[in-house]
Amino acid sequence: MITKEEILAWLHRYREVLAENKEYLTELDAAIGDADHGINMDRGFGAVEKKLDGVAEKDIGTILKTVGMTLVSTVGGAGGPLYGTFFLKAGMTLSGKNELSAEDMVAALNAAIEGVKMRGKATTGEKTMLDALVPALEAMQKTIADGGDIHAALEAATAAAEEGMKATIPMLATKGRASYLGERSIGHQDPGATSSWLMLKTAAETIGAS
Amino acid sequence: MKKLINKPEDVVREELEGIALAHPDLVKVHYEPDYIVRADAPVKGKVGLVSGGGSGHEPLHGGFVGMGMLDAACPGAVFTSPTPDQMLEATKAVDGGAGVLHIVKNYTGDVMNFEMAAEMAQMEGIEVASVVTNDDVAVQDSLYTAGRRGVGITVFVEKIAGAAAEEGRSLAEVTAVAKKVNDWGRSMGMALTSCVVPQAGKPTFDLGEDEMEIGIGIHGEPGRKRMKIAPVDEIVEMLAEPIISDLPYKEGDKVIAMVNGMGGTPLIELYIAYRKLHHVLEGHGITIVRNLVGNYITSLEMAGMSITLMKADDELIKLWDAPVKTAGLRWGV
Repeated sequence: MITKEEILAWLHRYREVLAENKEYLTELDAAIGDADHGINMDRGFGAVEKKLDGVAEKDIGTILKTVGMTLVSTVGGAGGPLYGTFFLKAGMTLSGKNELSAEDMVAALNAAIEGVKMRGKATTGEKTMLDALVPALEAMQKTIADGGDIHAALEAATAAAEEGMKATIPMLATKGRASYLGERSIGHQDPGATSSWLMLKTAAETIGAS
Repeated sequence: MKKLINKPEDVVREELEGIALAHPDLVKVHYEPDYIVRADAPVKGKVGLVSGGGSGHEPLHGGFVGMGMLDAACPGAVFTSPTPDQMLEATKAVDGGAGVLHIVKNYTGDVMNFEMAAEMAQMEGIEVASVVTNDDVAVQDSLYTAGRRGVGITVFVEKIAGAAAEEGRSLAEVTAVAKKVNDWGRSMGMALTSCVVPQAGKPTFDLGEDEMEIGIGIHGEPGRKRMKIAPVDEIVEMLAEPIISDLPYKEGDKVIAMVNGMGGTPLIELYIAYRKLHHVLEGHGITIVRNLVGNYITSLEMAGMSITLMKADDELIKLWDAPVKTAGLRWGV
């Protein structure tokens, strides 16, 4: 089972990871977007950090919904609605829960991804965060179906997300600001896929590791 | 980075404080969430107009809040869309009972955030309509992209829809005229230099000393091509011809034309460009009936310009001429 403490540790650590990678994400965005992804995510999770203590006693669903609402109101750009929707949908799925099973984790990630697809009117293969998240969900489901535990599932998801993130390099962007580059978007790694990979990597490092 | 700022993270907040102190007769500034609202909002019985977008395009949008134009503007961080909570609070603040029109430039982030805000406002019982501007002809493969970007025509939409709302037209009527302005408008821009986002601290893109980017976006997004700099008359042709052939604007058409500076271009150069634009259009049998020459939708300190044309009929000219009293545009009062 995943405990609430692990979820909080994951969110705190992701905030640090984003701060560490602020310039890297912004540089990736400068190549094909508008050079603000790292700055925006850092600002958003900085605001999340301030909210976490206030909801630490609540259920996991409430914690994740608070993260989502905070991101929606602080990130701006496309990242705000997309990551905001991601956490809102995950939170709604986990309403009232104080610990999570592997099935809960899969259901939450699935709902979160469906929310991102709906909000962004996007699918895989368009050089977006979905190219990291969708393969991650598939790897997670497969690991659990094969009898793996939560930690193994998160590690498999991270590896699949990394592969998916790297696969965005040769892709032609057809969604978001990168799409304006046309052929010139080819050869650059998508910043949203990168921040999504970092999110899963941090989860694998902080959840079920003991 | 050389800028007249204190700390990069305080740029938008301190700009808003300056606007509040400079224009108390026109606007009030609300903080957290941030929005600029008409001093006399909400105007009872009038459709409210709300726009917004990343900061760095001044005077767009905050400079266009006031009688005859916007009721509220939501500033985001520099080049970053504002957030739904700002838009929702601004929408509530300007709702005079006749509904609210959101004027949104076509960028993925702006569209998504305004969509979320419209959903929230509707849940609170406010009627909201939206118009998305997408006039940038530099984006050619709009089927394979997020679509054409919203640029210069946004100024025209805010002016003309603002006048229509001031006349007491309904939300459906104001929305229809806003869409007509966008449908009849086309733009294209170019850059001589990059801009520097304060929090990034370095140029958004690199352009050689003797290079220019044709088709640039207002956030420094690349355009159609990068090439050696040319005399301004040739540059005006490179911008005007794709605009003219896109709608297309035809012999006998009347247009309202804007030659817009990107923030770092002196007015002397914009007038040289306007002179050439006048002649190019004359050559096509197109008459400029009204014009704007100056900095209206900028990209921080970028040097360069954009050209916007809007086909004008009697209705649009009448609404264009209607009184407007904002920090960035003022006539007839």
